[in-house]
Amino acid sequence: MEVNCDTIKHLAKLSNFSLSDAEIKSLGGDLNSIIGYISQLDELDVENIEPTYQVFEMENVWRADEILPQDATREQLLALTKEEKDNQIKVPKVL
Amino acid sequence: MKTANKKVTATRLVKDALEKAKHFEDYHIFTFLNEEGALKKAKEIDARIARGEKVGRLAGVPYALKDNFLSPEGETTASAHILEGFTSPVTATAVEKLEAEGAIMIGRTNLDAFAHGSSTENSYYGPTLNSHDRARVAGGSSGGSAVAVALDIVEFATGTDTGGSIRQPASFNGIYGFKPTYGTISRYGVVAMASSLDCIGFFTRTPEDMDLLMSIASGQDPKDMTTLPDYYNEAVASAKLDDSRLAPARPFAFGNSRPKGRALRGSGAHSAPVVADGLEPSNSCTRIGIVKEFDNDSVDTEIREALKEKCELLKSKGHEVVGLEMPTLKYALAAYYIIQPAEVASNLSRHDGIRYGFRSENSTDLDGLYEHTRDEGFMSENKRRIMTGNFVLSSGFYDAYFLKAAKARTLIVQEYEKAFSKCDFILSPVSPNPAFKLGEKVNDPVAMYLEDLMSVSLNLAGVPGLAIPAGKTKAGLPVGLQLVGPRRSDKRLIEFAKELA
Repeated sequence: MEVNCDTIKHLAKLSNFSLSDAEIKSLGGDLNSIIGYISQLDELDVENIEPTYQVFEMENVWRADEILPQDATREQLLALTKEEKDNQIKVPKVL
Repeated sequence: MKTANKKVTATRLVKDALEKAKHFEDYHIFTFLNEEGALKKAKEIDARIARGEKVGRLAGVPYALKDNFLSPEGETTASAHILEGFTSPVTATAVEKLEAEGAIMIGRTNLDAFAHGSSTENSYYGPTLNSHDRARVAGGSSGGSAVAVALDIVEFATGTDTGGSIRQPASFNGIYGFKPTYGTISRYGVVAMASSLDCIGFFTRTPEDMDLLMSIASGQDPKDMTTLPDYYNEAVASAKLDDSRLAPARPFAFGNSRPKGRALRGSGAHSAPVVADGLEPSNSCTRIGIVKEFDNDSVDTEIREALKEKCELLKSKGHEVVGLEMPTLKYALAAYYIIQPAEVASNLSRHDGIRYGFRSENSTDLDGLYEHTRDEGFMSENKRRIMTGNFVLSSGFYDAYFLKAAKARTLIVQEYEKAFSKCDFILSPVSPNPAFKLGEKVNDPVAMYLEDLMSVSLNLAGVPGLAIPAGKTKAGLPVGLQLVGPRRSDKRLIEFAKELA
């Protein structure tokens, strides 16, 4: 199948990218060849086959529902952001 | 592994490694050199040795850390612009375990940004050069780690392998590179790429070193719920204690019939006499499978010859070589390039410029901040994978792509199970060609993806694979092969690699 310009723009929106027109063109071309390649899976008969989402051999792993000491402190984590005020992360206006 | 002692101090070992790292600076191996931190740790170990205290199994051994492992020493950037300036307050479990044994990180190594690539050319910091030919790629994504070991700068290096990122650069540089069974080493504190495929492993120059590192790094971690109990070290201990565990393996079943607990030895059912993983006497006859689908014109002639030579070597040692038909492996790459980008799209959605790393200056509102940060912060290959992932997951395409790939994955798992009922290990090429030229494939994503043709199926099935050196081409480029085993055969696999040396 062919991915058109509108689909590329839609995917860019889903991915939170603001792409330039040049990028839309070049990524669009790349995506078309990638999708062309992965579409060969059409040849494979998967009728009545259950999907596999993970190859981890264990059942659910449980732990007690209790608050454990964390590896990083609030101060260390806040220090990683660009702008901080009153123990909060500062971002541009939302509305 | 050369460890520190009273005569050869940790300080000497670290200084030598740092000197070599600087000597090879133009190979672009390191994104950070840990001079101050490494020398400080070396002095501490030397002081302990001088006082006659017990030191770890890796005392004073300099190592290189792939730059997607978190630790407070240097920025963890995953060679991506969007993580620029990120110094982690937490330490990866694998790093903690290595350093608890006295290993000293001398530098962080270059990779394709977020481990997306097979050449290290997708790094924000530029490509790493091949250890044997500077005009060629190091392989990827763990290119820096592979070259650091191949040029003898460090004794070992860490890597991550989602679709071949340890095995392919190991083969391009003539060293050992191991991708363990899924869940063997904790992924805690490692930048996630595709969580159902990601494995932590190592680069070494000998199988003995690989065994030592695996015995140190393996085991369950409460911080990573997808880690297996420590079967790697248990294989030795349990054989001495409990004969009842030596029963033939039950194949691992998927779906609702999944067996509970630790019934999953996963060794070939026929391999008699059955002994615990890791203890099979090396002089016993082992059956090696050769995949017919990987023995054709699409594979470089010299790699096919290397495979033939190793088969002859095995036969001369009394082992059996059998042909295997694995027709579904043909579809592994397509399934992988659906499942992996889908998981990438999910894992990389956390990078928004708000909490850590790079933040774009070109926005006045919040949505713009996300979009510009991600647009400026990701490399083209990151964007291709995120967008492909969002495509295969989006409504209208989910069934045709993602669900179909997940079903194909089941067939691939079953094909490996069937193969391991006919042989103990599989020997195959790692990639269709030796190291290619810089720039040769970087602008053609599908050509680059085809590099992963023979490596991705192991990640889809969760089985272990060890890249082993297998000589050189006439042009002097290293050739590598991979030895593949059933789940949890890791120790036997590394042991058996000695037969191929």
